Amino acid sequence: MSDQFLYAIEVTMNGLMAGVLYALVALGFVLIYKASGIFNYAQGVMALFAAMTLVGIMDGQVPFSHLINAAFGTKVHHFGWHVPALAAILLTVGVMVALAWMVQRFVMRHLVNQEPIILFMATIGLAYFLEGLSDLMWGSEIKKLDVGLPQGGSLWIEDMTSGLGSDNFYGFFIDNLDIVAAIVAVLLVLALMAFSNYTKEGRALRAVADDHQAALSVGISLDFIWVLVWSVAGFVALVAGIMWGTKSGVQFSLSLIALKALPVLMLGGFTSIPGAIVGGLIIGVGEKLFEFALGPMLGGATENWFAYVLALLFLVFRPQGLFGEKIIERV
Amino acid sequence: MEDGYTTADGRKIGAVVMEMKNITLRFGGVVAIKDISFDIREGEIRAIIGPNGAGKSSMLNVISGFYVPQEGEVWFHGAPRPQLRPYQVAQQGIARTFQNIALFEGMSVLDNVMTGRLTQMKSGLFAQAFWKGKAEAEETANREVAERIIDFLEIQSIRKTPVGRLPYGLKKRVELARALAAEPKLLLLDEPMAGMNVEEKEDMSRFILDVNDEFGTTIALIEHDMGVVMDLSDRVVVMDYGKKIGDGTPEEVRSNQDVIDAYLGVSHD
Ligand SMILES: Nc1ncnc2c1ncn2[C@@H]1O[C@H](COP(=O)(O)OP(=O)(O)O)[C@@H](O)[C@H]1O
Ligand SMILES: [Mg+2]
Repeated sequence: MSDQFLYAIEVTMNGLMAGVLYALVALGFVLIYKASGIFNYAQGVMALFAAMTLVGIMDGQVPFSHLINAAFGTKVHHFGWHVPALAAILLTVGVMVALAWMVQRFVMRHLVNQEPIILFMATIGLAYFLEGLSDLMWGSEIKKLDVGLPQGGSLWIEDMTSGLGSDNFYGFFIDNLDIVAAIVAVLLVLALMAFSNYTKEGRALRAVADDHQAALSVGISLDFIWVLVWSVAGFVALVAGIMWGTKSGVQFSLSLIALKALPVLMLGGFTSIPGAIVGGLIIGVGEKLFEFALGPMLGGATENWFAYVLALLFLVFRPQGLFGEKIIERV
Repeated sequence: MEDGYTTADGRKIGAVVMEMKNITLRFGGVVAIKDISFDIREGEIRAIIGPNGAGKSSMLNVISGFYVPQEGEVWFHGAPRPQLRPYQVAQQGIARTFQNIALFEGMSVLDNVMTGRLTQMKSGLFAQAFWKGKAEAEETANREVAERIIDFLEIQSIRKTPVGRLPYGLKKRVELARALAAEPKLLLLDEPMAGMNVEEKEDMSRFILDVNDEFGTTIALIEHDMGVVMDLSDRVVVMDYGKKIGDGTPEEVRSNQDVIDAYLGVSHD
């Protein structure tokens, strides 16, 4: 096999791995949008907040320490203990569930039956609020997140595949973290599907996503379901936060991964879970292959814009996304 | 009359299960319901009739918690009911259908009917995830009830069809199936026969009578068609412009002068 072809395969595989992460973020959007028709602008910041909280808990950081110190003249920063990764993850899940409850109780509940644009603006407010809360609770410096996931290139894969090409080909370079992320994402999606199809809460969730009025009439509490979806979206944000945070540190830019999810949603449609996954993979592979094949000719860094151009083409030629039904205006 | 009565066809009607006391409901300047009182007895088929815009649907929405009346009380099983949310009303054993059909269009007929069982399912989320046996037994038991109702309403052949693809008449029937799946004590039907052809209307009438007969379900139904109402119901409330203008057996109501005027469109002054 020619080296060029092998490199293309490697690029494709790396694209798939990146796509899995895009899909993960898009999934958080889809969950909330399907159940409540809300486009949750704060999804990215939720990932940041979740990752910050996880690091804070693991390091035994005192939350709101700046505030406490300013108010009482104390100098507390750390409890002086370290919490094991798994326990810290469970605690963070608890925090995200509490956050979901508060969002429902103090924001969304007061906005039922409002226009989608009003709800959207409420989530913009929520995004800024969470950003500030995150700073106030845990500080704004860049933090390292290490929950024990393997990192660096997989030597095993490199060794296994080095014989495929010429002497110049050293084997496929695939990051262990990407492999773990892909596995985790697949498990997460399977768990979500099992939840949605085989539990009564899942059935209630699908019912609410389909028709609010009908859902009420069969005894489903919308409040409960919305706390549930925001919790699940919070959990998905945590998983995305862990993967991206491990890769590039926990910092404000983490919240910008939400921007990567937008083109994914335009491809996959806002209401389709399979759409989010396939859309994520297409964008991941597409941008890596495009950069590999045409990047040098176009001056490089095509990854910054490729996804948006692709999404734009979709908007023009297939606005309902890959899996949405054709939109026909009723007249 | 205190503890019930026996109908002409020999059915025993029991005590009052639900009583509306001086209900008034306003939307801004519009008074949809004006100081209306009536009761519904156990085992009875109670009809609410009246011209378009009379406030019939509003009344059903007050019973099922979708609308909150400004004045009056709803009594259920001999005690005043606090203001409940619609899902809480459903959990008390009151199921309903809608005038404009509210089904889960993306879900199959069977799935729709199964949502009617949600109020009966008790297993918590963790039990469902980690204690398969119990949750599966519960799912199977509920599935059986759903299947029985599907057989009862003769919609076996469309069990797996997504509801969105069904014609109007069948949708109405699926909506009834979902309401029945809750095994309600009180069933509220908002124009169950509206928009149907003659044959479909006859089927639906038969189902309503059978439900009442076989399960002893108390039914309150809104209907436009006087003939249908006369055939089906034990007692009738007549509404016009938000007011109650008649209440009694079909024969009594039919000979009531106010009712005749309202239906013949005598001008209101
Ligand atoms: N949600 C609502 N908002 C405003 N007005 C309403 C609402 N629901 C009903 N109404 C008004 O209340 C009156 C009674 O309506 P409705 O109960 O639907 O009558 P019916 O079912 O007898 O045809 C009408 O004037 C209608 O416009
Ligand atoms: Mg009506």
